[in-house]
Amino acid sequence: MASKDDIKFLSNPNIGQQQKKYCRFKKFGIKYIDYKDADFLLQFINEQGKILPRRLTGNSLKYQRKMAHAIKRSRHLAILPYVADLLK
Amino acid sequence: MRNYEVTFIVDPVLSSDEIKATAQTYVDMLNSNGNKLIHADEMGLRQLAYPIKKRSSGIYYCLEFTSENGLVIAGLELALKRDERIMRFLSVSLDKHGVKYNEDKRSGKIGQSKKRFRPITTLEPVSATPQAAVAESSAPKAPAVEATAVEAPANEAPANEAPAKEAPAKEAPAVEAPAMETPAVEAPAMEAPAVEAPTMETPTVEAPVAEAPVGKDEPIATPADPVEAVKNEED
Repeated sequence: MASKDDIKFLSNPNIGQQQKKYCRFKKFGIKYIDYKDADFLLQFINEQGKILPRRLTGNSLKYQRKMAHAIKRSRHLAILPYVADLLK
Repeated sequence: MRNYEVTFIVDPVLSSDEIKATAQTYVDMLNSNGNKLIHADEMGLRQLAYPIKKRSSGIYYCLEFTSENGLVIAGLELALKRDERIMRFLSVSLDKHGVKYNEDKRSGKIGQSKKRFRPITTLEPVSATPQAAVAESSAPKAPAVEATAVEAPANEAPANEAPAKEAPAKEAPAVEAPAMETPAVEAPAMEAPAVEAPTMETPTVEAPVAEAPVGKDEPIATPADPVEAVKNEED
């Protein structure tokens, strides 16, 4: 019979703590988001090709706007898909 | 004086001479009346993310230029729109960060995109262009620049890559972990009723225990089996 002391280490003690999100553009000093760089933009869209919200990406409003703009440009040029299935 | 950039996709069905000629017309257009072409980047044959005009691939060109008044752009866009060899185009104006980004990219400070949407080299129609030769000659310089320069701009390139690798790696265990933990925590809880089962459901559980030594050869060792047997009998 497992006592309470045994169970204590079965779960990761760090799970409850939420890591602080940050804006990677501000942190690493990225000033320009290239609409031709599909690999980079892939980080900000989900499997269906939708743009991820700030809630998930952690970007500041300024760079979330620029990033969304770059994704829309690359969609126009068929570098990224408008709709996709199993993109990643 | 502002900087602009126009990217367009040329139909890949054309012969390589025609493709070159198509790009050359726009290069010439951007080198006339006060405009200056800064860089003509031939990005090569790429797979399109979705078909355009029933073509699944296209040859990408990207021309960066400066213009005094921007009057050329209306004429350029009209010409691109009328040209049947052009599948899609996009002209944007660059801010100072965009200009710097393009310069850094040309000098090899910013890493080229690697795996996805890589130009298809086997079907490359124009391989021996002077631009390609320039690109090849600048490519070997890139590691040397990154190795020697300890300045901030040189370090930006790896910094771009870092969050890409870290982000999914950190998120993945965080998402999977609770799913993994739940059965581990529940496991003792599952065992408990299996051991104490006779007290809980005396009439139903006694039946398989009595049958087991007589007719069936099923071992009663696993805790899940009697529970399933109970369910089957209840059905």
